[in-house]
Amino acid sequence: MKKDKIGDPLSRIDGRLKVTGGAKYSGEYKLPGLTYGVLVSATIPCGTVSSMDIQAAGKAPGVLAVITPFNAPKVPGYQPGAARPVRGLKLFNDDKVYFNGQPIALVVAETFERATYAASLVKATYKAEPFETDFHKNFDKGVIPNEGRYKDYVRGEADAYKKAPVVVEQDYMLPSEMHNPMELHVTTAFWDGDDKVTLYTKSQGVIGSQRSIANAFGLEVANVQINSRFVGGAFGSSLRTWPHEVAAVQAARLVKRPVKLTLTREQMFTLVGYRPLTIQRIGLGATTDGKLMGITHESHSQTAVYEEFTENAVNVSRFLYASPNANTRYKVVPLNVGVPTPMRGPGEATGSFALESALDELSYKLNIDPIELRLKNYTDMDPERNLPWSSKFLKECYQLGAERIGWEKRPTKPGMQRDGDWMVGYGLGCGAFGAYRSKTQVRIKLTPDGSVNIQTATSDIGPGTGTAMTLIAADILGIPAERISFELGNSAFPVAPTQGGSQTVSSVGSAVHDVCIALKQKLNTLAGLPADNTAEIEYATILQRLNLPSLELTQESQSGEEARKYSMYSFSAHFAQVHVHSLTGIVRVKRLVAVVDGGKIVNHKTASSQMIGGAVGGIGMALTEEAIFDDRFGRYVNGNLADYHVPVNADAPDIEAIFIDKPDPIINPIGTKGLGEISLIGVAAAVANAVFNATGKRIRDLPITPDKVLMT
Amino acid sequence: MSKRRNAPPEGKDLLKGSRRDFLKQSSLLSAAALTPGTLIRAANEQWDEKVADAFEKLPLNLEVNGVKYSVNVEPRVTLLDLLREQLNLTGSKKGCDRGQCGACTVHVNGVRINSCLSLALCNEGKKVTTIEGLAKGDVLHPMQEAFIKHDGFQCGYCTSGQIMSAVALVKEGRTQSPGEISEFMSGNICRCGAYSNIVKAIQEVKNSQS
Ligand code: FES
Ligand code: FES
Repeated sequence: MKKDKIGDPLSRIDGRLKVTGGAKYSGEYKLPGLTYGVLVSATIPCGTVSSMDIQAAGKAPGVLAVITPFNAPKVPGYQPGAARPVRGLKLFNDDKVYFNGQPIALVVAETFERATYAASLVKATYKAEPFETDFHKNFDKGVIPNEGRYKDYVRGEADAYKKAPVVVEQDYMLPSEMHNPMELHVTTAFWDGDDKVTLYTKSQGVIGSQRSIANAFGLEVANVQINSRFVGGAFGSSLRTWPHEVAAVQAARLVKRPVKLTLTREQMFTLVGYRPLTIQRIGLGATTDGKLMGITHESHSQTAVYEEFTENAVNVSRFLYASPNANTRYKVVPLNVGVPTPMRGPGEATGSFALESALDELSYKLNIDPIELRLKNYTDMDPERNLPWSSKFLKECYQLGAERIGWEKRPTKPGMQRDGDWMVGYGLGCGAFGAYRSKTQVRIKLTPDGSVNIQTATSDIGPGTGTAMTLIAADILGIPAERISFELGNSAFPVAPTQGGSQTVSSVGSAVHDVCIALKQKLNTLAGLPADNTAEIEYATILQRLNLPSLELTQESQSGEEARKYSMYSFSAHFAQVHVHSLTGIVRVKRLVAVVDGGKIVNHKTASSQMIGGAVGGIGMALTEEAIFDDRFGRYVNGNLADYHVPVNADAPDIEAIFIDKPDPIINPIGTKGLGEISLIGVAAAVANAVFNATGKRIRDLPITPDKVLMT
Repeated sequence: MSKRRNAPPEGKDLLKGSRRDFLKQSSLLSAAALTPGTLIRAANEQWDEKVADAFEKLPLNLEVNGVKYSVNVEPRVTLLDLLREQLNLTGSKKGCDRGQCGACTVHVNGVRINSCLSLALCNEGKKVTTIEGLAKGDVLHPMQEAFIKHDGFQCGYCTSGQIMSAVALVKEGRTQSPGEISEFMSGNICRCGAYSNIVKAIQEVKNSQS
């Protein structure tokens, strides 16, 4: 019998659906009586809506409802004193405007075109108030977040770097970046009576969405059904339930028909989060032979006035390198902007750009190879938590990556290598991201024909979750992958965590592992064998012999004490080779080698793709992506895919993903640590460092566009 | 001009008599001298939809994936929305609705276009092929096979457009080098970043055909 094993390069189980157009995303369910919702956005950044004229919109053909702050049915979870309050912006709940682009009306009509036209007829007058959107002007208004874990951190002495013989002290800037998944955010909602609602919605976590909608409408959790089987990318933008999703549910209740609400690409620039504009200051102090004596990492990033957003921008500096002294400060600057949300790699990607750039600067100051500098400050235990690593193979990452990219060809002095009009340079950037494992339940069902069905409420926003899970189950059960069907993206399935923070394979994979073992044990027992029998058994025959229609098990799986005894991280080293055009300043990433210690790799095919994809995101961060704000109006000027430049095919070089592929002995039974974030963390620094190596120009202000290269 | 509307009681007055108003105002209908009684009946029976059908929509005949369609569409409906919302062919994706992403790529008379930039009515008498029309029954098009083999996608949302573009690219003869493929596939954004695998898939199909 053909066996599929953990580690095999299995093609995606949903590949056929995706290449034939058969995969249905949340806006693609044809429901009887479907109506269309279109949002109307505020055109001021701060103030109140004093009046709205919805007459014309209401009279437009095919219009079923125009919901505004003045007539919206109350959402229970939005009200003060709600039993289960909803956090964030409460759409149409009052007349306040906190940012330009905030929805102030929702038009529901029979067709998309009619709703769109009617939305254009909605008129609003405002009482405008002074607003602040200029991050730089408001920099000093940064505050330490309310959440306790963002307090200042000090190990040893604060700002000790200043006393060291060799010092780097620099500021690094990252503009706001948009997730821009290719699928527009969409929610289709319909009610069954007054207390049951079903949503097809773009979600990274159907259980989270289910709870949020239940909270908003004061419903039994079980009466909310969330479907999100196919998600057209998200990268963090669907980690939470957004106000427009609540609005779609609200509208569906009102018109008593299914409502499909799709955001426009432009609306996605303000309504579904982004990586916030951040300025970081890094101070590094070292001895003349390259031993770090102090690291200081400070960060200011923007947040919304109506909701505080925080992320781990400075944390990487606490643990990635050995330094007796380290301190971090983290502040947020509330502005009249939409609230940010974690974007792939989240704060760690932001933080590592600054730290890894500064380290590169230090290497030139010391005249020490960047790899050697990192090795000199390598730490075999987590200096922040004073715990051993569960596993760490970063040294091996350096070594493999250096060999692969041809590090020995790197000029030790910048601006020394040319290829015609192009200057050639090499750069290294490292990353680390916490390896997590959350409680997960999985149901397995074996039928007498020998096929196995597995269900759990996890999601797949692109990494190939179902395929990886199928491989794990096939390996443990010792059956071919074709015999297994894996279902996800449905809140009626057993509880699984939201797909975020690179934890899916660790969490869900462990539960799949455990439930498969439990199934085997059960079958052994039924067959009269010892439960731990490892000899092959014929599943189908046992069921047939016992005349059982099926065998079903649900298992819960979670981490134990180990999380407190070890520090668990995925690590990566990204090596870039760039060409910089000497006359135009254009930067081309020629090659990228990503070496990752992400524990055991379950599916080499999809894991490679995930690494490549993260690297492309990192190239965007380094070279092209920037949401540009016009502070006169508090509005983005490039809120579309023509003017906001995500990397296209011609921007993507030959990218090679290399895995250490050693199972972590602690984190979970399979030994996986996670890849989603680490694939991006460190890439931007690798590119920026390579640009310096090529040109001698240090650009600390992303993205590295030709104008900056020429003018630096 | 706009004055504040008094907040109506919750939920009421929202489902406004829009159809009725529309009918009252419609000069076409007043010319037909309808009595108030018929007006109300008209509203209840959604006559305005029927009126809209008759006066706001235009007939369109086109062939999609070998199937002939005769439909009535409003002039403002794009080919993409016609496919997705009316013909229930949701394989073509909407990623921007502005011709900036390529997710909606289809073939019209054998040429790749962004279907979000084409008004449905401009396709009178034309032959449209969408991703749903690429496979021959159960047998996938070689490009579809190659995308699976080389993992030329992750979330799959850009994939229909990528494959439709890729198939056209081979026909256009723009596959001489990986660089050329990348350049001529750059109208199809993949935010999951599957680009290098997409290039490999296209190379394989090209090589197997030459
Ligand atoms: S939807 Fe047509 S190009 Fe983006
Ligand atoms: S596969 Fe997700 S956008 Fe291309």
